[in-house]
Amino acid sequence: MDAILLQILNGLDKGGAYALIALGLTLVFGTLGVVNFAHGALFMLGAFCSVTFQKLLTISKQVKDTSITFFDAYKEMPYLELWFGDFGKTIIDYSVPLSILFAIPVMLLIGLAMERGLIRHFYKRTHAEQILVTFGLAIVLQEIVKLTFGANPIPTPAPEIFSGTAAIGSLFGLGESVVYPWWRLIYLGFSLSIIAAVFAFLNLTTFGMVVRAGMMDRETVGLLGINVEKRFTIVFGLAAIVTGLAGVMYSPILPPDYHMGMDFLVLSFVVVVVGGMGSLGGAVAAGFLLGILQSFASMNEIKSIIPGIDQIIIYLVAVFIILVRPRGLFGREGVMED
Amino acid sequence: MNINIPSIKKDLFVMLIFSVVILSMPMWLKPLGAGYPDLLQKFAIFGIFAVGYNVLFGLTGYLSFGHAAFLGVGSYTAVWSFKLLTMNVLPAILFSVILAGIAAAIIGFISLRRSGIYFSILTLAFAQMFYNMAYSVLTPITNGETGLQLSRSDPRIIDNMMAQAGASLPSPTLFGLEMSGYSGFYFCAVLLIIAFFISQRIFHSPFGMKLQAIKSNQTRMKYTGYNTRPYLLSAFVISGMYAGLAGALMAVTDPLAGAERMQWTASGEVVLMTILGGVGTLIGPLLGVGIIKYFENIFSAMNEQALLAAYSFMPDWLAKVMVTITSPFVGEGWHLTLGALFVVIVIFLPGGIMEGLGKIKNLFKSKKKDTFTEQIPPKLPEKAEPQKEVS
Repeated sequence: MDAILLQILNGLDKGGAYALIALGLTLVFGTLGVVNFAHGALFMLGAFCSVTFQKLLTISKQVKDTSITFFDAYKEMPYLELWFGDFGKTIIDYSVPLSILFAIPVMLLIGLAMERGLIRHFYKRTHAEQILVTFGLAIVLQEIVKLTFGANPIPTPAPEIFSGTAAIGSLFGLGESVVYPWWRLIYLGFSLSIIAAVFAFLNLTTFGMVVRAGMMDRETVGLLGINVEKRFTIVFGLAAIVTGLAGVMYSPILPPDYHMGMDFLVLSFVVVVVGGMGSLGGAVAAGFLLGILQSFASMNEIKSIIPGIDQIIIYLVAVFIILVRPRGLFGREGVMED
Repeated sequence: MNINIPSIKKDLFVMLIFSVVILSMPMWLKPLGAGYPDLLQKFAIFGIFAVGYNVLFGLTGYLSFGHAAFLGVGSYTAVWSFKLLTMNVLPAILFSVILAGIAAAIIGFISLRRSGIYFSILTLAFAQMFYNMAYSVLTPITNGETGLQLSRSDPRIIDNMMAQAGASLPSPTLFGLEMSGYSGFYFCAVLLIIAFFISQRIFHSPFGMKLQAIKSNQTRMKYTGYNTRPYLLSAFVISGMYAGLAGALMAVTDPLAGAERMQWTASGEVVLMTILGGVGTLIGPLLGVGIIKYFENIFSAMNEQALLAAYSFMPDWLAKVMVTITSPFVGEGWHLTLGALFVVIVIFLPGGIMEGLGKIKNLFKSKKKDTFTEQIPPKLPEKAEPQKEVS
């Protein structure tokens, strides 16, 4: 029982990441009709936003180390610490959550630039060409990051308080052995709130209503005198933000490196396909579902029956879904069903 | 669409020229600084890969992101054949092609039930499965991250029956001829010529025409009474076998197989080569391979010193500026150049270099026509051009 709860929790936080990335991807596909292979790169850029922010905060200056008196010793000390003392230290400690504030405008700009600069020219081209051009773009973005930050993963630790584990077991009365890292719990809560925010935005605002209408029938919305293109550009920016934030908060779990985007890209496509192309709720549900499935498959009991299942379960599910129900679990009838 | 199929005589003539060009590569590539066996082998091997990929993507328009898996299957099979049977390359190649073909038949049979983006994702999913399994469950076969290597203690049944094992690690041979350096290149080159000839015959056969018909309008093709799937599956298996052959040759020239060959970005590379050269054309993919591998070789070896030397004809300050601008694109950053080039090609020249050449050719043609044929009324049906668009 404990083990099962633990696996569900494990799956949920991974699922949260999948759900957020897939949400952005399917938002873009549903509105713009573009198959964006550069979407993983957005996730990676988000993670590197938190790296950049951390680097910015810890710009340091050499100061004399007073604890060593035998000779003149110098140590690096961040300006923030020099100026604000302990408060500065706290800010640096909280660099990952704070970098959310930094990442939102940056990701919005990146998203808008991508859509205006490249993707809008590909609305009318075939899916194959969209895949190819965004694949090229993903390579470019990944290489730029590699040039700037190097090829090694860069650790971006979570704030000190959250580095421990939460004793969930004793909370629910299930035994002391069930513990869980705080940061993963926070990630889960964070992803749920972002998902809720996106859905609220789409369902409760006028802008969201137009976007939803545009997803249903773009032409009619255009005929009603609404500038759909402009709104869709903003939607692309929104998708970039959602994906970027998923990356920002994921950086303490997985130290960012330049190819993390490509690794997550395939997974997020699989999630979108399982959920149904262009179905937002489907993407979220499939994200959590696949996350949980994957973590169950990595249990030792299951691995001993079917070895290696944890590595391929997601792809197996995807193959099965595409063959049996191509519109996905929650896809609308008639959308991409060939 | 071009309806008149060139006769086999014409094809043979083209083949003759092609063979001469390929076999004399060491000579005419020397002045370009690419005349050494390692690179030439790469040209030939990736040439085979791209030519095979073109049979699927170029003719049918099905964009597969999983061909690296067949490359990997070919490599592993070849190394196992070296380990278990003999260091002779022929059985290794034979087994590789057959096994890659079987793998392609299985994956193709399932993936071809869907088309468009679903097909791409299905092949992608299968390739990722192969890749992940090579690292985990299949480690006894693939040797995980270290990669599969030869060792002195391998059984090598046939070789050991013939002669006592030598003291040193054996290398792949063709009946005693060692497959390294130029002999390795010529071996690959001969296979490339054969592979190209087969692909040419496929392009010009009724079978190839049917594949092109599927590309231009599959629904219509079905209404004409053709069951399209067997044709698609054959194309998929053929291109998978080509990939297996390329993988085997990789193992032949360097007897080592690693799982990173199967990563999906490796499939992306062959797509890139095919697109760059000109998808759906015979010679285009080879051009793409040549250009990418050649510049990869040159660019990735470059550093700032070499750049400064290259710009030495400019004034000093300009040279420095140029070096700062261009240095991110060379050396380690070669992939950046590649990605950018790829984006530019897809945007402006979806037909690749072959389309560009065609455009230039048309430019000259139409100019000449204008001066001579102004009075003549326009011909009614324009001579149909071969299909160019990527769909």
